[in-house]
Amino acid sequence: MMRRFLAILHARNMEFLRDRSSLSWNLLVPILLVLGMAWIFWEDDRPLFKVAILDQSQQIDREAHPFLSTRHIHFYTVPDQQEAIRKVSRHQIDMLIKLGGTRTYWINADSPKGYVLERMLLGSGGAPLSKAAVSGHPVRYIDWLLPGILGMNMMFSCLFGVGFVVVRYRKNGFLKRLNATPLRAVEFLSAQIASRLMITLTSVTLVFWGMGVFLNIRMDGSYLLLFMVAALGAVSLIALALVATSRVSSEELASGLLNFLGWPMMLLSGVWFSMEGTNEFLQALAQLLPLTHVLEAARAIMIDGYGWPHIARNVMALVAMGAVFMGLGAILFKWRADS
Amino acid sequence: MQRPILSVHNLQKRYPGVVAVDGVGFTITEGTCFGLLGPNGAGKTTTIEIMEGITESTAGEVRYRGAPRDRRFREEIGIQFQTTALQDHLTVKETLDLFHRLYEHTANLDEIVAACALEELLARDNRKLSGGQRQRLLLAIALLNDPQVLFLDEPTTGLDPQSRRNFWQLIESIKRQKKTIVLTTHYMEEAYRLCDDIVIMEHGRIIAAGPPADLLAEHFDETILQLPAEDFTASNYRFPFTVLQGDGCVEISVRDVDEAIKQLQQQGISLQRLEIRPRTLDDLFLELTGKELRP
Repeated sequence: MMRRFLAILHARNMEFLRDRSSLSWNLLVPILLVLGMAWIFWEDDRPLFKVAILDQSQQIDREAHPFLSTRHIHFYTVPDQQEAIRKVSRHQIDMLIKLGGTRTYWINADSPKGYVLERMLLGSGGAPLSKAAVSGHPVRYIDWLLPGILGMNMMFSCLFGVGFVVVRYRKNGFLKRLNATPLRAVEFLSAQIASRLMITLTSVTLVFWGMGVFLNIRMDGSYLLLFMVAALGAVSLIALALVATSRVSSEELASGLLNFLGWPMMLLSGVWFSMEGTNEFLQALAQLLPLTHVLEAARAIMIDGYGWPHIARNVMALVAMGAVFMGLGAILFKWRADS
Repeated sequence: MQRPILSVHNLQKRYPGVVAVDGVGFTITEGTCFGLLGPNGAGKTTTIEIMEGITESTAGEVRYRGAPRDRRFREEIGIQFQTTALQDHLTVKETLDLFHRLYEHTANLDEIVAACALEELLARDNRKLSGGQRQRLLLAIALLNDPQVLFLDEPTTGLDPQSRRNFWQLIESIKRQKKTIVLTTHYMEEAYRLCDDIVIMEHGRIIAAGPPADLLAEHFDETILQLPAEDFTASNYRFPFTVLQGDGCVEISVRDVDEAIKQLQQQGISLQRLEIRPRTLDDLFLELTGKELRP
């Protein structure tokens, strides 16, 4: 069994390494993308105005203060003061306001958005609130964004890199030829996962290293833990692609299906912006997506320096998704285009 | 005594609106070359792919060495499909290595390379092979596990005459090793040269079965005299034998060649371009179905 697995793995790796266009897509394009993003955000922290209201009722009383009627600011309630203060320190919340008891607001002294919001609050005219500055490590937007970009790159590499290959093999009859040998579906699929995993992790590691050199990226946690999260995330994403393309023999259909999986993750998994404070249904839906768990865990490790206990939930979710997707992929897998 | 290695019983394959194989049955003796003949759409490929275990039958049974096929069957057969893509960006040597490693029991790779005349091509990219070279590579892949049964689905379709004859020599060398070969083709010359037994299929059914020579002897006791149509100047004369107008020629079916030639000469017909040929499997198919057996 291992001999057949290694034969397929080696052949797939050789095919990939000799296909210059695939190589450039998987290595050059992401590096250029990251450098481009780094250039755009080098000195520019985009204003993301999110104001959390400390309240157990989950209802915002707009009459309580004129500031709450300000347009273009997203107001939402949070129940836990300590957790909310931590999020202010991590730029996940730009301002925290408590209107019950001693009226107080918290901002991160290092946050330009916090400063702007404070000016807006003071100029809104309502009853004065006490200021409670939150100090924390300065977290740049690029520090928060980088895991998202790396995750997005990994997601597309996993989905399309393995999905299209399997569809091409099926369409041109190569899978049918392999089916005429003692090779089992699980051996073939495992080899595809392993091959794409090696390619993806190499690519992500190179980009991560490059970003560290160019942008002095923040990394407060364990590299080993981060690598493990990336590996588990890649396995679950590759296995998801195998499920989506398990019976498909048309590149057009495969493209549609893979985009159908990829774009919700782009929007809901927190690649570009935090889902903090958004619609609860969307937040719940995001938890079903592998990329969400990859990014939550990666940011917790990189920005907050958290260890295993904090990311255990994300890791378990990735393990479960990977196992379910691999099982489904093997069950649904079809060798032939016409059967 | 030769034993049956494969037996097919009442095989059926139905697709929506189409019966591709309709109650086919036959037995293949170990060490022989067995041919499935018929025009495109006759059900040859479906039948051979059911035998290979690649396609599920709707009904019927295929038995290998008297028992239902199991996982061992995949280890003991070699297959050359009608069309096969190989993995891109691999050389001939790497492709052979890939498939060689998929089997538990394997033949000597160097011997296979030599037998299929691939020595000069080992470093070449798969995609840069000619049609004949590619077919030799596909045959080599089919032989890598030293198979007991070799399935060849129209292996010479699309090859030029020289490449086709070279391929036939390869198959004949495999036959000499007493391997069982199952071959589909619509080239009658190929079937006549290579096959010990044949079945002729049409519309998913077997319409004739047996050794090629026996089938011809059974259906024909006549010889064909063939003349260009313009040389046959006595078209109004009533000859005592069958005269058929062909494509630019006239075919005369006779039992007594000497007597026929004598009568043609008496009518002043030039015999300068006369061809005399025995009956072929093409003639047999025409006789059985009224149609040409050509792709």
